[in-house]
Amino acid sequence: MISVKGITKLYGDKKVVDDVSLSIAKGKITSLIGPNGAGKSTVLSMITRLLDNDSGDVLLEGENIFTQPNSELAKKISILKQSNHLELKITVRELIAFGRYPYSKGRLTNEDNALIDEAIDYMELGEFEDRFIDELSGGQRQRAYIAMTIAQDTEYIFLDEPLNNLDMKHSVQIMQILRRLVRERNKTIIIVIHDINFASCYSDNIVALKDGEVAISGTKNEVIKKDILEDIYEMEINIECIMGHQICIYFDEHADATVDDFVKEQAQI
Amino acid sequence: MAQKLFRIDILIIILIILSIISMFVGVIPLSINEIFNLSEQQQNILATSRFPRTVSIIIAGASLAVSGLIMQQLTRNKFVSPTTAGTMDWAQLGILIGLVMFPAINLFGRLAFSLVLAIFGTLLFMQIITRIKLKDVIFVPLIGLMLGGVVSSIATFIALRTNSLQVISGWMHGSFSTVISGRYEILYISIPLLIIAVLFANQFTVAGMGEDFSKNLGMNYTRVLYTGLFITAAITALVVVTVGMLPFLGLIIPNIVSMFKGDHLQKTIYSTAVLGAIFVMFCDILGRVLIYPYEISVGLMIAIFGSFIFLWMIYRRVKTNA
Repeated sequence: MISVKGITKLYGDKKVVDDVSLSIAKGKITSLIGPNGAGKSTVLSMITRLLDNDSGDVLLEGENIFTQPNSELAKKISILKQSNHLELKITVRELIAFGRYPYSKGRLTNEDNALIDEAIDYMELGEFEDRFIDELSGGQRQRAYIAMTIAQDTEYIFLDEPLNNLDMKHSVQIMQILRRLVRERNKTIIIVIHDINFASCYSDNIVALKDGEVAISGTKNEVIKKDILEDIYEMEINIECIMGHQICIYFDEHADATVDDFVKEQAQI
Repeated sequence: MAQKLFRIDILIIILIILSIISMFVGVIPLSINEIFNLSEQQQNILATSRFPRTVSIIIAGASLAVSGLIMQQLTRNKFVSPTTAGTMDWAQLGILIGLVMFPAINLFGRLAFSLVLAIFGTLLFMQIITRIKLKDVIFVPLIGLMLGGVVSSIATFIALRTNSLQVISGWMHGSFSTVISGRYEILYISIPLLIIAVLFANQFTVAGMGEDFSKNLGMNYTRVLYTGLFITAAITALVVVTVGMLPFLGLIIPNIVSMFKGDHLQKTIYSTAVLGAIFVMFCDILGRVLIYPYEISVGLMIAIFGSFIFLWMIYRRVKTNA
């Protein structure tokens, strides 16, 4: 379990993250949601020690992560940032092999190679393994990055907006992969996500941030509620239960009209 | 096809052939047939001039190409090299300051001055490019070139005031014609630096993926960054002190290899080193035979070929981006 205790981040005098406390349950998908500028990515960067905090603690299984050696932490938590755009010509296999760096420091053993092969198979990247990353489509590239974290074999996996720039099909594919990692490998996954319906359909727990503070944290059924979400996003949000999922409908004041038109059209057919 | 051309064994064979040619090209006639039957003068020439020249070409070419490769990886910019970051100009200024302060300074003393300023210049360049938010690929080396221009002007100014303009013009255009035994051995220091570079190849590649990426993998980014910058500054200083400025080398060679073999240093560092040596050797031999028995300095030859290759590189990049 990861416990975050009152972390704060200041940029100048402005508190972008203010006294955030939360706990991350093992073997679950936890989504961080919230409007732009709520501090989601900053919180993620602090929990994963990429960014120094100005106060507060992050405890991984009870131990402070800021006092642990970086090289040991790399075997326990992995983080994929959205800024991992790159111009370097690296093949898919080479990228995935970086995942073994915390263990082998670049000198790959047979065991490392076996784990890399396995990660390639798991993400069905076999046909691309010798292609350069910059030749892949967005969805394939995201799969390659996730394969790297699989090779890194950490219990905790943090992803900063993994669905950015992906279409619906590939977004669903990525989320299904994440669910599979939780189910089959008992991974703990924490994602920053913008699409509230993806958060609702695929996560176990949701933490909502607003203005650098935790607005609410709980199971998805506790968070996906009309009054709570309207308060966070400051807009009208209706929630419908469709095929067992809580779906948020948030298309401003005309939303009702649109739904009515849709129902009428359906009736005519 | 092109992949095969850059196979390390083929490159090494080309380098060996060129090295043999280099040993037998010069004003004093020396033929391969006579190899077991050399006069004393010929033996002397081989030992004191031809062999040192050939070896120093290999070391200088290989190490400058590798230092360019490391710089490009660490700055994540294909247009950064010891020339375009101004490192060479700093190294030159260092030598001059050493000479002005201590006119009787020996080779080690010059190296020390050159190294200190090369390191200072590299760190300054890194500071500037991390401070400025404009990350345009062309903008970064332009800053380096401007900085180098300023440093070079300062050097010229000091040289003018101290009547040592002739001395610095010697370093302006690198040449291997002054390389003789007793004056080049300092260049051997590059070899351990190259070995360290090879050992760090994987770390440099990870560092090239970015600071967050490195931290995620548990790598000490700052340490790798400074190790790399030290190696490049030291290599640059060594080469400038012994043979002078060799422009473009650190820029074009790593880029050519990268086009065909990608950017994983473990895969490209050897080819880059050998290709760098081949390129310098080729330019030097050509410079020696074109206006035989006179010589065109290798720095000029490299600049001629290098600028064409550089233009082709930019053209190719513009085309692929369009």
